[in-house]
Amino acid sequence: MFSLTFFLVQIAIFTQTKNGMSNILEVNKVVKQYGDYTALNEVSLTVPKGSIYGLLGPNGAGKTSLIRIINQITMPDSGEIILDGEKLKPEDVSVIGYMPEERGLYKTMRVGEQCLYLAQLKGLSKAEAKHELDYWFDRLEIQGWWNKKIQELSKGMAQKIQFVVTVLHKPKLLILDEPFSGFDPVNANLIKDEIIELNKQGTSVIFSTHRMESVEEMCDHIALIHKSNKLIEGKLTDVKKQYRTNDYEVGILTNNVEGLMYDLSQKFTLSQTDFKSLNDELKLQINLGTATPNELLNTLVQRGQVTHFVEKIPSVNDIFIQTVSEK
Amino acid sequence: MNKLLLIIKREFIAKVRNKSFIVMTFLSPLLFVAIGVFVGYLSTMKADLKTIAIHDETGRFVHEFKSDKEYKYVDLSQVDLKILKDSIVKESYEGLLIIPKVADNTKLQKGIQYVSNDSPSVGFIDDLQDIIAKKITTENFQNAGLDTLKINNAKADVSINLAKASGEEALKGLNEIKIIIGGAFGYLIMMFIILYGNMVMRSVIEEKTSRIIEVIISSVKPFQLMMGKIIGTSLAGILQFLIWALLGLSAMFVLSTMFGVHMGATGGVQGQAMQAAQHVDGNEIQMYIKELWNLPIATILISFIIYFIGGYFLYSSFYASIGAAVDNETDSQQFLLPIIMPLILGVYIGFFTVMNDPHGTVATVFSMIPLTSPIVMMMRIPFGVPLWQIILSMVLLFGTFFGVVWFAAKIYRVGILMYGKKPTWKELIKWLKY
Repeated sequence: MFSLTFFLVQIAIFTQTKNGMSNILEVNKVVKQYGDYTALNEVSLTVPKGSIYGLLGPNGAGKTSLIRIINQITMPDSGEIILDGEKLKPEDVSVIGYMPEERGLYKTMRVGEQCLYLAQLKGLSKAEAKHELDYWFDRLEIQGWWNKKIQELSKGMAQKIQFVVTVLHKPKLLILDEPFSGFDPVNANLIKDEIIELNKQGTSVIFSTHRMESVEEMCDHIALIHKSNKLIEGKLTDVKKQYRTNDYEVGILTNNVEGLMYDLSQKFTLSQTDFKSLNDELKLQINLGTATPNELLNTLVQRGQVTHFVEKIPSVNDIFIQTVSEK
Repeated sequence: MNKLLLIIKREFIAKVRNKSFIVMTFLSPLLFVAIGVFVGYLSTMKADLKTIAIHDETGRFVHEFKSDKEYKYVDLSQVDLKILKDSIVKESYEGLLIIPKVADNTKLQKGIQYVSNDSPSVGFIDDLQDIIAKKITTENFQNAGLDTLKINNAKADVSINLAKASGEEALKGLNEIKIIIGGAFGYLIMMFIILYGNMVMRSVIEEKTSRIIEVIISSVKPFQLMMGKIIGTSLAGILQFLIWALLGLSAMFVLSTMFGVHMGATGGVQGQAMQAAQHVDGNEIQMYIKELWNLPIATILISFIIYFIGGYFLYSSFYASIGAAVDNETDSQQFLLPIIMPLILGVYIGFFTVMNDPHGTVATVFSMIPLTSPIVMMMRIPFGVPLWQIILSMVLLFGTFFGVVWFAAKIYRVGILMYGKKPTWKELIKWLKY
């Protein structure tokens, strides 16, 4: 029985893919101007279904403008948004969950009432909302908060409620603007796990952040927006390949440093580097140029004992800083 | 539509549950009663008896002054004037009336003096003048050999009866009653707009400062949110007014039963005198009551409801957009002034212009201009306004409301997501283009 269901799901996914509906969101040449200021200049994005999509960019790049357009808070001047294969329409607010960067709740309203109200605004019936709330309150172990007012809760506690409110209506697309700001490490981790869990269940996630380590950890796709333009977009691994420098970090124990340096400098570009190691070895960063890793390895092996040999993969942070400072 | 209902419900419950709402609802009638009782007490307090010294060198006038509860007149014609003036300075007497010995009445008229430390009230001086003038007139008649009795009998007391072209009799003083009725309704509208408009504004600012606004408008249209707020708050206000009206009615009921018993008990002695008085005025009172019932009561009430809704909606959409434009209440002052001005203007025009000339150009024009029409037209209606004028002004009011709400929604939409800076009028206009 289970395998049959699985099979059907597979078929369903397959047909969807075939119909070109593998993207939960497509942004096509969206332009947004505020007076004379262009916030978004023909920005196009493709967010595949089931992905965790990192939307990166420095402050003022246009991320929030774009997110607000996707949430239909503001309208684009031109361009279109395709959600799950169809043009974005007003009713779509019920399939999107949005946690803005500037978040808050009614301070004097009780937690339970507030969650019910916000869920009903998203289109849930009162009974459905109650049911979902019970699930989430159990899951996050906050059952006792129902009758508390938000102003009685700590900031971290309020953030938890905020997250519950965002996901209560089981959105297909979850948009999180700086989701971890304001959380202590324990709660940030908890929320991160919940996001990953939701993603496993099929929710597509877009999140915009400055915290590169969480992008590195969670995202499979990224896009970089800078000064109203999209600069990079793609699978995280593809982007990294695109930005690979063919630099290798090498550690070698040798008696003849000068000989080694001579050999290497014939073929490669060398520079100093440092990494953590238990050996007292010579640490080098070597650019392969047109050579292959094996050629480098051969050269090294002839001169000593290789203790460390790693391709230096550009971090998202490196890519971010490099791209932003280039432009 | 469903979402609008949800918002209305939330706003209503949030307002009604608010402690200050509950306190206001039940405390302010008490406060009104307390103020009323206090003012009543003050007015029943006896004024200090003031002693007026009269130095009448002619001896002809001093007996014309009769002491009453407020003023006691003392004949000090024999006392030296200098000593009297000193005693005024020492405040032994409130004032000193000096009537010099002048045989010629024409000269005497200009020679009378009143000396006091404080400036006397105009009414009191008028009274003194009347008494002296009357005496002099009588003397003049006698000197001319006229029969005072005959003259008194010959005096005519004309009272013009007012009548309408339709043939009904009208009453004097009815205009005052009409302006009071119209004024009360107009004033009520103004009070409601200012009170609840402010409440709408505060509620918008609260959503902005608590930063929940972005969460909400990712679920509903800003326009829905704004309208929900305005309607929800107005329902809370109407509830408050209903409670006040109910409290007022029950208080009146209680008072009237209490007074009814009271009157019956003491009615014995005074009853006859009162009955006699009533017999004379009875006809007139009946006519007043009849005339009151002849007022277009249905038109007044229906128009009140329509102008109330129209005016409140128009102004509270201003209030909502101001709330959206600013970060806190202190910043709202510069925008509030131009909104309150037309309201106050409406009340002034109502009380000064409408009362003198209910169908004059000024009153008619301001009862058409949407910002003042709810107040001015309400004040005009008791005087009888042609139906086409009422309808035209209502159409203008609601037309303007739809126009204004469109602009207000634009400012609101942009404003609620703007933080940090105090906007100027210029910026607000720029927002309309976003």
